[in-house]
Amino acid sequence: MERILEQLPRFLSQRNLVLLAEAAGMTLAMTAAGCLIGFLLAFVIVYLRQTPGRWALPVRLACIAYVEIFRRIPFLVIIYLVLFTIPLVLRDASLFVIAVVSICIYATAYISEIIRGGIESVPRQQVEAAATMNLGRPQTTLWVVLPQAMPVIVPPAVAFGVSFIKDTALVSQIGMFELTFRGKELNNQGYSAVLVFGTIAFVYFLMSWPLNLWGQYLEKRLAAPRSQRRRRTLRQP
Amino acid sequence: MNYTFQFGVVWRDLGALMDGALVTFQLGLLAFWGGALIGLAGAALKTFGPRPVRALVDTYVVFLTNTPALIQIYFLYFGLAEFRIRWSGEFCLLLGLTLNAGAYLTMIMRAGFLSVRRAEMEAGEVLGMTRLQQISYIIAPHIARTIYPALANFFIVILVMGTSIGAVIGVDELTGTAITLATVNYRWLEYFTVVAGLYIVLTLIASVGLALFGRWAFRVKARVF
Amino acid sequence: MPHLEVRDVVARYGSHEVLSGVSLDVDRGEVVALVGPSGSGKSTVLRVLVGLLQPVSGSVRVGGQAVDYRSAGQVRAIRNRMAIVFQQYNLFQNMDVMRNVTLAPIRIKRRDRREVETLAVALLERVGLGQKLHAFPDELSGGQQQRVAIARALALRPEILLLDEVTSALDPELVNEVLDVIRDLAREGMTMILVSHEMAFVREVADRVVMMDKGQVIESGPPAEILDAPRTERAREFFGKILRH
Repeated sequence: MERILEQLPRFLSQRNLVLLAEAAGMTLAMTAAGCLIGFLLAFVIVYLRQTPGRWALPVRLACIAYVEIFRRIPFLVIIYLVLFTIPLVLRDASLFVIAVVSICIYATAYISEIIRGGIESVPRQQVEAAATMNLGRPQTTLWVVLPQAMPVIVPPAVAFGVSFIKDTALVSQIGMFELTFRGKELNNQGYSAVLVFGTIAFVYFLMSWPLNLWGQYLEKRLAAPRSQRRRRTLRQP
Repeated sequence: MNYTFQFGVVWRDLGALMDGALVTFQLGLLAFWGGALIGLAGAALKTFGPRPVRALVDTYVVFLTNTPALIQIYFLYFGLAEFRIRWSGEFCLLLGLTLNAGAYLTMIMRAGFLSVRRAEMEAGEVLGMTRLQQISYIIAPHIARTIYPALANFFIVILVMGTSIGAVIGVDELTGTAITLATVNYRWLEYFTVVAGLYIVLTLIASVGLALFGRWAFRVKARVF
Repeated sequence: MPHLEVRDVVARYGSHEVLSGVSLDVDRGEVVALVGPSGSGKSTVLRVLVGLLQPVSGSVRVGGQAVDYRSAGQVRAIRNRMAIVFQQYNLFQNMDVMRNVTLAPIRIKRRDRREVETLAVALLERVGLGQKLHAFPDELSGGQQQRVAIARALALRPEILLLDEVTSALDPELVNEVLDVIRDLAREGMTMILVSHEMAFVREVADRVVMMDKGQVIESGPPAEILDAPRTERAREFFGKILRH
């Protein structure tokens, strides 16, 4: 305990604080990049998975296989698979790229299930009405289905992304200089583990908690009927 | 892109990997049941406890669900050592996962508690049931049925995401075993491909088992896929 | 030659046969009412016509031309000539009234935006919703939504309008506002096939009544004949039940 108090002033040096702030930024950046790309790819996966017709069966099976496989493998294993596969495809890939690709692979699989649930929540009659008016599948999806599915998709997708901020701590294992890695570095430099990991945990908390509250607010806001939501937006300047 | 896969060594180590898979399964099971006990207690205290206790439960849940499980385990493994408490990696992993799961399961079970509608309880009273009968015939089955899908889902999450954290502090569960072995002969891709396959098999068995159990015990239609 | 000619159409949901050889003629400007007990296949006839359910066999001719429902192009062509109004209105929940009405004419039929918007306003005023152009479906009553749905169908300028139990989901006091609109259309010579349980209304607007049961047409003729003097036992039984209400 005395050791912690004694180390505290040195630990809270400007250099260390800047280091941790940058590392936290890195954690946020790779999570955001991976999840946003994953979100977009997940739409593609779901769209392909719902392609009708017999000729599209292999496409549908491939999409199902992708989702089922990568949701059942630990993130850490995905990281190692990416770490050792990427150099075969891409020379000199940075650790950042490897981290983002790993996050993206996992996020795509997970979010595509969220998106599928959202799309299935839109009544089939909406799609039928669109069909009788000769809207094609892309048009029906973009103009009718997705706008109605979004309120169902966005809250759990945001919750997933926020929750994943914490899971990216595992990327420290391959030497990616994000928050957890910097923590281990400081610990190795002789700073108390309680001090270091307590601080790191607190920084994660500062990122995760407000975003979680925002996600809950978003969920409530999106649950309101569309007309009410619109009025509320109009009232804002 | 001219990597030659050599699975030979990996097959020779299959036994070790299977042992790792067993450890993974045991850790997942223990952490889940420990977490479920905490969750049950947490949800009960949060629902019926006095105000300070409720605040305490809230704090526990908010802190443990907003910080990485990895850091929580580091804290136990490296942090407590500074107070001369030295526990093995396995124990720290198990304790960390259990506490972490307890927080999430408190949230899940609390949602189950809240789903019991007053009307159902009154219906029980009209039927002349005692409080205990109401709980065991109406309330408990209702809660179980409501939260079962979320519990089943969470078990898979612990089994996969949770236990693999052990690899980072040298626990020889499935991922850890693979890392240990691959460091020796450097056939990373082969080991991790096989390990990925084992995780898929493990979770599929768990999913199917949970779906069948749910259907049998609570008539819940849990989806395997 | 009838404008629409349906011959021996068979349709299935899975292994369940819902239409077992239905034949039907509709002339230009004619109003045909499909009546019969629920589950008799009335709505299915409409679903087959707009290509929501592929017939197993039989033929459909529009303006003398056979329609092949297996061809996506021909289904698209037939949908350009027919419009359907559903029991549950099925307005696009994410669009306001104007956009619901103008979307397909502008974006799919590629008609001139100005012209379509003028037409949409005129149609909506005609169904009594000139004040609600920018309301969202969840702000409207069932009767109002159904009138928007009719305006949406009319904006497509269909040759044939299909109405599938358009008043069945409405509260009794809202039924008339929708029936008034249909009555107007009939007077103007719109070709319509309507599925309805409102026998008084059918008697008033229909030129011909087609009675269906168990996926087959069992009687067809002018309303007075079918409703007042049904020839078959099954029809007598059905109308007996309905009229007693």
